[in-house]
Amino acid sequence: MRGINPPLFVYMKNPTIAAIATALDNSGIAIIRVSGDEAIDIVSKLFITPSGKLLSDCKSGTINYGHIIFNSDVIDEVYVSLFRSPNSYTREDVVEINTHGGIYVTKKVLAVLLKNGCRLAMPGEFSKRAFLNGRIDLSQAEAVMELINSENDLSLKSGISKLSGSVYKKIKEIRDEIIYEIAHIESALDDPEHISLDNYSEEIRNKIDKILKELTKLSDSTETGRIIRNGIKTVIVGKPNVGKSSVMNVLLGEDRAIVTDIEGTTRDSIEEGLKLGNINLRLIDTAGIRNSEDIIENIGIEKSITLCNDADLILFVIDSSRELDDNDIKIIKMTENKKMIILLNKTDKDMVVSEEDIDKLMSERGNASSTYHIIPVSAKENIGFDELSNVAESLFIDTNVINSNEVIITNLRHKANIDDAILSLNSVINSIELGMPEDFYTIDMMGAYTSLGYIIGEEVDDDLVNEIFSKFCMGK
Amino acid sequence: MSSTIREKVDICVVGAGHAGCEAALACARLGFNTVIFTISVDSIALMPCNPNIGGSSKGHLVREIDALGGEMGKNIDKTFIQSKMLNVSKGPAVHSLRAQADKQMYSLEMRKVLESTNNLTIKQAEVTDILTVEDMKHIDDMNEIIPYERDMSNQEIAGVRINTGAIYECRAVILCTGTYLNARCLCGESITYTGPNGLMAATSLTSSLLNHGIKTRRFKTGTPARMDGRSLDYSKMEEQFGDEKIVPFSFSTNPDDIQKDQVSCFLTYTNEETHKIIRENLDRSPIYAGIIEGTGPRYCPSIEDKVVKFADKERHQVFLEPEGLFTNEMYVGGMSSSLPEDVQLKMYRTVPGMENCKIVKHAYAIEYDCIDANILNLSLMFKNIKGLFAGGQFNGSSGYEEAAAQGLMAGINASRLLQGKEPVIIDRSEGYIGVLIDDLVTKESREPYRMMTSRAEYRLLLRQDNADLRLRDIGFEIGLITEVQRDELEKKRCMIKSEIQRYKNTSVGANNRIQSFLLEHNSTPLKSGSTLAELLARPELNIVMLTEIDDDRPSLPDDVLKQVEIEIKYEGYIKRQISQVEAFKKMEGKKLPDDIDYDDVGSLRLEARAKLKALRPSSVGQASRISGVSPADISVLLVYLEHIKNGNK
Repeated sequence: MRGINPPLFVYMKNPTIAAIATALDNSGIAIIRVSGDEAIDIVSKLFITPSGKLLSDCKSGTINYGHIIFNSDVIDEVYVSLFRSPNSYTREDVVEINTHGGIYVTKKVLAVLLKNGCRLAMPGEFSKRAFLNGRIDLSQAEAVMELINSENDLSLKSGISKLSGSVYKKIKEIRDEIIYEIAHIESALDDPEHISLDNYSEEIRNKIDKILKELTKLSDSTETGRIIRNGIKTVIVGKPNVGKSSVMNVLLGEDRAIVTDIEGTTRDSIEEGLKLGNINLRLIDTAGIRNSEDIIENIGIEKSITLCNDADLILFVIDSSRELDDNDIKIIKMTENKKMIILLNKTDKDMVVSEEDIDKLMSERGNASSTYHIIPVSAKENIGFDELSNVAESLFIDTNVINSNEVIITNLRHKANIDDAILSLNSVINSIELGMPEDFYTIDMMGAYTSLGYIIGEEVDDDLVNEIFSKFCMGK
Repeated sequence: MSSTIREKVDICVVGAGHAGCEAALACARLGFNTVIFTISVDSIALMPCNPNIGGSSKGHLVREIDALGGEMGKNIDKTFIQSKMLNVSKGPAVHSLRAQADKQMYSLEMRKVLESTNNLTIKQAEVTDILTVEDMKHIDDMNEIIPYERDMSNQEIAGVRINTGAIYECRAVILCTGTYLNARCLCGESITYTGPNGLMAATSLTSSLLNHGIKTRRFKTGTPARMDGRSLDYSKMEEQFGDEKIVPFSFSTNPDDIQKDQVSCFLTYTNEETHKIIRENLDRSPIYAGIIEGTGPRYCPSIEDKVVKFADKERHQVFLEPEGLFTNEMYVGGMSSSLPEDVQLKMYRTVPGMENCKIVKHAYAIEYDCIDANILNLSLMFKNIKGLFAGGQFNGSSGYEEAAAQGLMAGINASRLLQGKEPVIIDRSEGYIGVLIDDLVTKESREPYRMMTSRAEYRLLLRQDNADLRLRDIGFEIGLITEVQRDELEKKRCMIKSEIQRYKNTSVGANNRIQSFLLEHNSTPLKSGSTLAELLARPELNIVMLTEIDDDRPSLPDDVLKQVEIEIKYEGYIKRQISQVEAFKKMEGKKLPDDIDYDDVGSLRLEARAKLKALRPSSVGQASRISGVSPADISVLLVYLEHIKNGNK
């Protein structure tokens, strides 16, 4: 009973919803999707074919030419596709209107639909219905929602690979292994004279260790997943007058690509999303940061520490034309154990601080050179920032993972379920170590099996009994 | 055929197998005038297949039947010839008692019990019709039914008619027809239209059921051959002994009274030669030739099935089990078959020790009519016919114990109906009986259903050792358990409780005596003080060992000590299951109104809507176990329930 919150529309029987299903740009063609019990009737009233044939008389799976006409006004010349329930994306009656008129006309067609009894679809509602009606499994539905939400190249890649079922496949593989072992134990318990469990605890231990490794890998990949989807929380720090504003300005730029404008967690800070190469940064812009040079003085040292603690990435700006001092050391202290990129700014001036000086300072503070990267930049001249995007990408995206098409879990719910499964399997290991009898293993193995099932929206049902009978030869 | 005989009784039980006997005994013991019909009085409590009672999870059922006041446990305690507790090296949840029965004695003893029970009449006859209140209005004075249009959705039982035409009027009927309805037995090309063991089949009742809106389906099962014991060479087999200390099935049986000499079983194996003969003759197997229409159980496959499906297995076990003390017949466990007799003989003779075997009864497959129990309520009453109940193999189960458990519950609930009381429903957290009936009534099944411990979600709580603690109170409330028995149980409960408390409160110091005791049993010495309970929780120690250092232990019966040990040793696991049960009970407690209109519940998936409409589950919990009803559908149902609760319907 976890994981799925029924949407409000459960009170009604499939109210008809409509939305623009394609990206809203001026590329000319856009699709408006209508789904629900009255989809065909509503569009029929507005759609006039040259022959006068009604849409409600057309066959499922056909594309029909005609015009959208409302109050005697021809709004657009369109092609209308008809998919009757259950042979549609949502398994409801679905009508898709292909418009030609660009943003303005497309919006107008949508407005007419809304006037005639459709309700504007909530984000992801088509997918939700498709899921509720059994058209797609849970992980596919979530992937579809991510596709809708994401504009990011990498997210897109991950989304598509999930749609093709790679999460499903991986989780299913692991589940199959688990259920096989449970069935082995259970068949031996049911038929002890035919099936033996001698030396089994060692065997099962190895198998569970192997599964645990795979699950841990999957769980770890969620970190990457979150970052691909949401962007990297980034804070810029540095003592006064090192050029933080200039760095900000370069990053945000005149033609900056703002992805999101979300209210932050506090009243006095907002996050600005920007795209740096292949990845998204969520720059924590505090009230003071762009007006004042001194983030620490302005918002207080405690706040700064909190911000740094929450951040995925610290951009530490150092003025290469001035000697390092106590303020720099304070900041290093504040940012321990964080992924950090040190921007050695003002390379356009005479440099008095070298990369070696920083290395020295960092190693004195006990920071290994692998925990940070130094990039010489000039904010004034806009030099060195390509390097920044490469380094940031390498810090957060294991390119091997992406390129080898490994499964990346991109959802927190998935991660929670995987972690539950890991917990259950660790309990099995614990039971084995305690020398408990084998029938105790299956309790937690079933727990893991169930948790993993939530990810792909599959229940346990009679899986176990089927597995026992199909894989193990019982007596009599 | 027609007759003018009309009798009036309270309850009619159709069939006197393991389900019928329990049903009839329960009704009669609860004071109802009961008739039990059987095709042959010599087949009462017949064991037409394996000669044993109990086994993994089935042993649990027998214990539960006993705790509720049923007869099976007592009857096997009187008639067993070998007894064994299975899985003793595993956890307490899967310990299971199994006893070899003297089949003939089992049957005779049960018949004796029936014959000496007040209010109970045995009648040898074939029941041909069920009669409803409406039917009774359409019967002429020769007891013939005048055809009329029936409303099949809402009927009430009024009696049965037998093959002589006589009518027994009653208020409840319990169908326990086993494998007899339109039975046919297959052995290769030879097909006979009989019930098990050559007994007469019942050929009329199915059409009467159909006329009342009860659909039947075809299941099959099978049994191996019986050998002349003199023709077997046991020196080539491994002898299998019973347990040294015999544990009774019934909580009312004194263990001291049943310690006796036991007979042995024998283990041998098939081999490549056996498998070759089977493969070469598969075309003569009615199953592989497509003659059998019924669905057989996967868990007791015929030897042909085993050879085909598990082709990589080089050998299969064969257990030779005695059928009783007054016969030398041996049951060939593991080699049921429907191959022709000549192939059977060849095949059996390849097995070591069976080279010269003589077949007394050949193996056969049997097909029969049964129902999909989804048309029953959890009380085992038909949804469309008030007062008509069903139990046993007729409900699509398999096994003597499964049958007896359902028969008992059907008998109890038929009596409750007549008493005007709510039915007794054992839920999945209270007993295997609950799991069994809930599965049969709720889930889809395509083969005869067998009990398994893995079907019980809360099996650590549903142990065979605590069936009395779980169910005796319910048995008392029903009226099948006496006050004396109930008081004894209460005493036991108190002893367990205070002994657990004593274990938790008794400190153990890290003194020399304790440390050397621990070392002696390969247990880590104490670093500081501990309690007896903490020591008992260690996997390497048990309650018997602790006697050494537990000077103040009161004298307690073994079954009390067993409970104390399990409760302390597995406390963590038990607590977890108890919290799972609480979650389970919450969903079971969310009742679905009888008049709920599933068409009115938006957003249910089509499949779920259809299933819910057909099954009409009693609670959200039961709904969640229907295949085709997803967690999303359950969310929808929950939201809907909240919605109508708030008066927004």
